[in-house]
Amino acid sequence: MSDLRKSGGGPIKQAPAFLERHTYRKRRIMDAARLLPILGVFLLCMPLLWPVDAENAPSTSRAIIYVFGVWLLLIGAALGLASRLKEGDGPVQPGQSDI
Amino acid sequence: MSTLNLLIVVCAAYVAFLFIVAFAAERAAMRGHVRWLRSPLVYTLSLSVYCTGWTFYGAVGNAARSGLEYVTIYLGPTLVMVGWWWILRKLVRIRRTQRITSIADLISSRFGKSNGLAVGVTILAVSAITPYIALQLQSVTLAFEVFAAKDGLHIVKEEDRTALWVALGLALFTVVFGTRNLDANERHHGVVIAIAVEAVVKLTALMAVGIFVVWGLGGGIGPTLERIDASRLGQWQIDPGRWFGLTLLSVAAFLCLPRMFQVLVVENEDEGHLRTASWAFPLYLMLMSLFVVPIAVVGLDLMPEGANPDAFVLTVPLSQGQDGLAMLSFLGGFSSATSMVIVAAIALSTMVSNHIVMPIWLRSARGGANVSGDVRHVVLLSRRLSIVGIVLLGYTYYRLSGGGEALAVIGFVSFTGIAQVLPVMLGGIFWRGATRIGALSGLSVGFVIWLYTSFFPSLGPGVVFSESVLLHGPLGLDWLRPQALFGIQGIDPTLHALLWSISLSTIAFFVASLASFPSPLERLQGAQFVSIYQHTGGPRSWAGGVAQSEDLMIMSQRILGAQEAQGLFQQEARDQGLSGDLPEPTPDFLETLERELAGSVGAATAHAMIGQIVGGMQVSVEDLMAVADETAQMMEYSSRLEAQSEELSRTARQLREVNQKLTRLSVQKDAFLSQISHELRTPMTSIRAFSEILRDSSELPQDDQVKYASIIHDEAIRLTRLLDDLLDLSVLENGQVNLNIRQGRLGALLDRASAAAAADDSEQPLKMVRRARDEDILLNTDLDRLSQVFINLISNARKYCDADDPRLEIRVHKGEQGVVLDFVDNGSGIAQESRDLVFEKFSRISDQKAGGAGLGLAICRQIMRRLGGEITYLSGERGAAFRVALPPQLAMDAQ
Repeated sequence: MSDLRKSGGGPIKQAPAFLERHTYRKRRIMDAARLLPILGVFLLCMPLLWPVDAENAPSTSRAIIYVFGVWLLLIGAALGLASRLKEGDGPVQPGQSDI
Repeated sequence: MSTLNLLIVVCAAYVAFLFIVAFAAERAAMRGHVRWLRSPLVYTLSLSVYCTGWTFYGAVGNAARSGLEYVTIYLGPTLVMVGWWWILRKLVRIRRTQRITSIADLISSRFGKSNGLAVGVTILAVSAITPYIALQLQSVTLAFEVFAAKDGLHIVKEEDRTALWVALGLALFTVVFGTRNLDANERHHGVVIAIAVEAVVKLTALMAVGIFVVWGLGGGIGPTLERIDASRLGQWQIDPGRWFGLTLLSVAAFLCLPRMFQVLVVENEDEGHLRTASWAFPLYLMLMSLFVVPIAVVGLDLMPEGANPDAFVLTVPLSQGQDGLAMLSFLGGFSSATSMVIVAAIALSTMVSNHIVMPIWLRSARGGANVSGDVRHVVLLSRRLSIVGIVLLGYTYYRLSGGGEALAVIGFVSFTGIAQVLPVMLGGIFWRGATRIGALSGLSVGFVIWLYTSFFPSLGPGVVFSESVLLHGPLGLDWLRPQALFGIQGIDPTLHALLWSISLSTIAFFVASLASFPSPLERLQGAQFVSIYQHTGGPRSWAGGVAQSEDLMIMSQRILGAQEAQGLFQQEARDQGLSGDLPEPTPDFLETLERELAGSVGAATAHAMIGQIVGGMQVSVEDLMAVADETAQMMEYSSRLEAQSEELSRTARQLREVNQKLTRLSVQKDAFLSQISHELRTPMTSIRAFSEILRDSSELPQDDQVKYASIIHDEAIRLTRLLDDLLDLSVLENGQVNLNIRQGRLGALLDRASAAAAADDSEQPLKMVRRARDEDILLNTDLDRLSQVFINLISNARKYCDADDPRLEIRVHKGEQGVVLDFVDNGSGIAQESRDLVFEKFSRISDQKAGGAGLGLAICRQIMRRLGGEITYLSGERGAAFRVALPPQLAMDAQ
């Protein structure tokens, strides 16, 4: 989304090619925040591939462990990202050095 | 005391407790302790209105029927929360910038502030939420039935009034705390805190039952898992379509349900709270879901065949003699149901009131911002009535559907209905090309298909659709069967309704958007919504503008109430350091005021009302266009004015010139009057003097007598001539002259004239320059009068030419315009400023030569006018130059 580079306020002529290490890291965390639900969808769609016939179908207890495991993973990842996003809340501040 | 009676007492006590909590929170908020009321924790807990009676009772029932499928309903919201950076952050930002009050407001605002669209979304939402409210009533009734059954009572469904009492009680609570204060921005502290408490209660209750089941009955985690695998739910038997479809459905419902939008977006104070909720709410959901399967499995084991699995949460503890736990569990379920009904009723009543009642009322009151009477009263009343109406609608659905279906099935009907908003909402915030027509088409198509495939069939056969319609389609059209559209059979009904309604409404939305053209306002709003982060920061403020504080005060009193409005204004005045009651209408203050009003009448209306008084600083594109039109008109008008003013100034200039000329004339006339009296006096004096000598001196010699008499005679002639001239002029001017038209040659005429002019030898000699060839022109006019003009011009040259060697050149041209004669001498000519005066009566250019009376040229001009020609002063020559122009008919070529 283009908002990252533009929401700092004021007209932006051109996005700089190199970012300060801190800013760079923050943006990758934002990317991670965007990718997390996609990872979640992928992992939660896995059960669709499981066999459903009586012989090969996995037991419900394993399914529960898998689903709740994924759930906990997502919660943990969201927690980690939330605490990192907190430091530099939101987009780049106008005064910040971009290089 | 029977369990049922105890239950009623506990229930009443719990409700009283909630009232106290809500009341205390309101009081705390009034004292300014808002911070802890608005913590991320409270925000997260308030999101738990997602977990309703459906979750509390229905999830276990669902699990008992179809295993792990129930988790899809909680995985969808988990994905949304975990992916908050995508959608929720944007929605929250949009709400803050655009002051959105509900999901209907969001859609309407995005698509050009179309109220029609808001009404559509409101109707859709009310229809979709009605089954959901019925579901809550059903769950509470179910719980009462369970306890009644334990006491050996059997409740006859048709006579059961539990649902009605619960509905009325909930309506009362919602009216009291949901419409206590009108300000949606201050929001409902009491309600939010009560909901947070209920969130804790229901989580505690469900987990307590779960822990009891796993450790009390199941013997720990390992044995419980073994027990699960051993039960009939022991194998993974999920329909992939439902797994995926229901997850998608819950995503849609989580984003679009009015109550979720209310707590997620509208009641959000701070984007930071979303960050906390992004992991805390999924955790809450996970904990709520954790013990569902164990409870279901143990319930299936313990309960007799045919027991309602929806009630396992209650029946399992009861069957084990755990009445206290069952009571707690009941309170958990009660909390789930009530919190949902309360928030849904608030959210829906806001929509109904802001988008349906208020526009109608304001229009019928016909006054815009200047309506008379207390608007506040109307808003509150409309909200209260809406709340009661919505809850009663739910009750009606409950009665109609018979209250027999599984909770989850009703929930899915509701979810599918509200999911129709999703394509429009996502399209609206991510795609600039989405248009109002597109949104309208998408919503209509989705709504109709949902009604047809899901809502009406859910009421059961015989209510809307007869059995035959359900089985064979309307009019026997097989492919139109409500639960097997286009002949595709065998899909699960929920999935069937979801598939067709969402896909067709999305297609309708996109196709109509692509085909239609948005209005300017839609495009502007679209750009603002889609690229909301570029328009970061607070809402645009009221810039400048001369608002009338008093008008604002009058309006605010009507909406906020007299005391609140006066308090607000006084506070602001104090903050501004003013002594009176009325603050200056600064942009900050206007913004505050608008926020206050927005909670009462909706953002759009509040904005319009302030705009009316302030003079609309935040201009819409339509305003701009109107302004542009006006500007064009103004420019046209001003250019007309400019032309007029130019004409006026031209006239004024002419008038000034005329005035100057008149002034000069008047001066000259005065001068001439003294001159002419002198002229008249001089001969009169000598006449008198000589006639006295002749009378008194008898011995005067003959010679002297003759001499004196001839002087008297000459002077008398001079006087006569003067008087003749005056008479002549007056005759000419009055047009009484008779012309004596004869033929003659120009050359001869000029000869006679120069001879006549030269007759007076007293003047200096004048050399005439003429070209005889040019003068060979035959004239047909009053020759005497014309020669009078020539004589005058020649004798003037004779008199006034100041050159040492005076010379007069007479040039004759003959052209299409007639004959032109230029009389040009070699003197110093006439000064520029006197040129326009020489033809006036009594005008005399030079004082040094007291010649004629100054009538000569005036007479000439009158003569020429009478003859049809003209005499003008000819500029550009060195000496004095006069041009005599004769019209063509006067002249003919000499034969």
